[in-house]
Amino acid sequence: MEKLIQLTLSGVANGAIFGLVALGFVLIYKSSDVINFAQGEFLLIGAYLTYMTVQQIGLWWPLGVVVAVLLAAAVGVLIEQLILRPLIGEPAISVIMVTIGLSSLLRAIVGAIWGVTPRAAPQFLPRETVTILGASVGVDKLWAIALALILFALLTLFFRRSSEGIAMRAVADDQQAALSMGISVKRVWAVAWAIAAVTAAVGGILLMSIFGGVSGQIARVGLLVFPVVILGGLDSIPGAILGGLIIGLLQSYAGGYLPPELGMGEVMPFIILLLILLIRPYGLFGQTIIERV
Amino acid sequence: MAGRNGATLPEPQMVIDGVSLSFGGVRALSEISFNVYPGTIQAIIGPNGAGKTSLLNCISGLYRPQEGQIRFEGRNIIGLAPHQIARLGIARSFQNIELFRHMTVVDNLMLGRHVHMHSGVLSGGLYWGRAQREEIAHRELVEQVIDLLEIQAIRKKTVGALSYGLQKRVELGRALAMSPRLLLLDEPMAGMNSEEKEDMARFILDISEEQRTTIVLIEHDMGVVMDISDNVAVLEFGLLIAYGTPDEVKANPRVIDAYLGREHAA
Repeated sequence: MEKLIQLTLSGVANGAIFGLVALGFVLIYKSSDVINFAQGEFLLIGAYLTYMTVQQIGLWWPLGVVVAVLLAAAVGVLIEQLILRPLIGEPAISVIMVTIGLSSLLRAIVGAIWGVTPRAAPQFLPRETVTILGASVGVDKLWAIALALILFALLTLFFRRSSEGIAMRAVADDQQAALSMGISVKRVWAVAWAIAAVTAAVGGILLMSIFGGVSGQIARVGLLVFPVVILGGLDSIPGAILGGLIIGLLQSYAGGYLPPELGMGEVMPFIILLLILLIRPYGLFGQTIIERV
Repeated sequence: MAGRNGATLPEPQMVIDGVSLSFGGVRALSEISFNVYPGTIQAIIGPNGAGKTSLLNCISGLYRPQEGQIRFEGRNIIGLAPHQIARLGIARSFQNIELFRHMTVVDNLMLGRHVHMHSGVLSGGLYWGRAQREEIAHRELVEQVIDLLEIQAIRKKTVGALSYGLQKRVELGRALAMSPRLLLLDEPMAGMNSEEKEDMARFILDISEEQRTTIVLIEHDMGVVMDISDNVAVLEFGLLIAYGTPDEVKANPRVIDAYLGREHAA
């Protein structure tokens, strides 16, 4: 029982972070049909920028986090404007190759600035443990869950209520119609990349605080974005969040209950990815698109 | 080129001046010139592939003609982005319906109000009162459009689930919700039965008469076109072959050629 609660909470905490990263991926895909293989690198950027503002510059940590998140948003917009914008109208495969290249490039830039050896990171989430139903649980995990939930709620409000969010939904639904409504599609793309960078950066910051360090390893978590969005559906925002939680939980249970020498925690998400592709390729909530050839 | 009633011609609202458009070696439009007068219903007709939709796409900014000017209320709009043209007061509907299929009818129409919304993300949150007042004003206008087009019963329905005829009507409503000064309609009656066509013709006349909105209309149904339009422009293979009132156009030998074939005319 104790183990179940521990595994569940850490699964939900990881899953919420996966959900944050996946949400940005879905947002970019929905609004511009770009499959962003560099989504995981935003985790890295968020974490290292926070390391810079808090540890190296010495800002008060809440301020440092805000500055880092804003910088990450700026990086997102810059990438969209400089790299993706000239690719409008190019075949999907070219765009995919460019985002794959971009992910290597971003990793190399981070390595060039901060080196490749892991560094101890500022921990702003409290390290104590609390006892829930007899199981001792790290408070930082609870914080991660709470912060992710708050971010999800804010984004939901943004999409439902703000005119910018509604314009974004309109672009995702029908670009031509959105243009004829006076919506600037380019602006919507920039906002999508900014939000994608921000949600992933927050994920990276949470991971850094949970790990207690920063290293290139953080970007590997970004790889899990694919099982998550394939499970949830490439174009579904609720799917990204729910998919994140499911993958997080399964990963945690598989790692905790199955013999550790099998390494099932690492492999499980990708087994699910394969299964989903075989059984239900558009995922739990994705749009079923039937193309007539 | 025939004008309307000789001497009493008003200032044109839109001047299409020598517009040419090519796709690679294919010339879609060749030096098209005609005027659109305020408050009129201007039809564009022609056989399939004549360039009617291409011309509409040039006006709404989706295509950029290589030559010529399109002046809307005195300002050349060629080179402006589609969303900027929409902001000048030009709304359109599409030949193949382009609605936000996952949203309700009301949400679709509210998106038509997007160009007129001023409360942004921040002010929407900060000045709750002002944003709310603005929303209510927009909602009232949307309700007027709903009343005009008689779609009260479906206002909360998701658009994707509606019949083709109703979707066409919602699309007209969304364009109308923009309170445009110029409304471009690309085959608003295509694929409709005669009853639906009559309804649509009535709505178009209502919009023209009650709101004095200028309407540019592409339509294949000759009966409807001749009944409701003030002026007709006839395109064939990217050329303007006739322009004038319905009666003038009907009597034009080149139009009869284009529609009925040369032997008939001889």
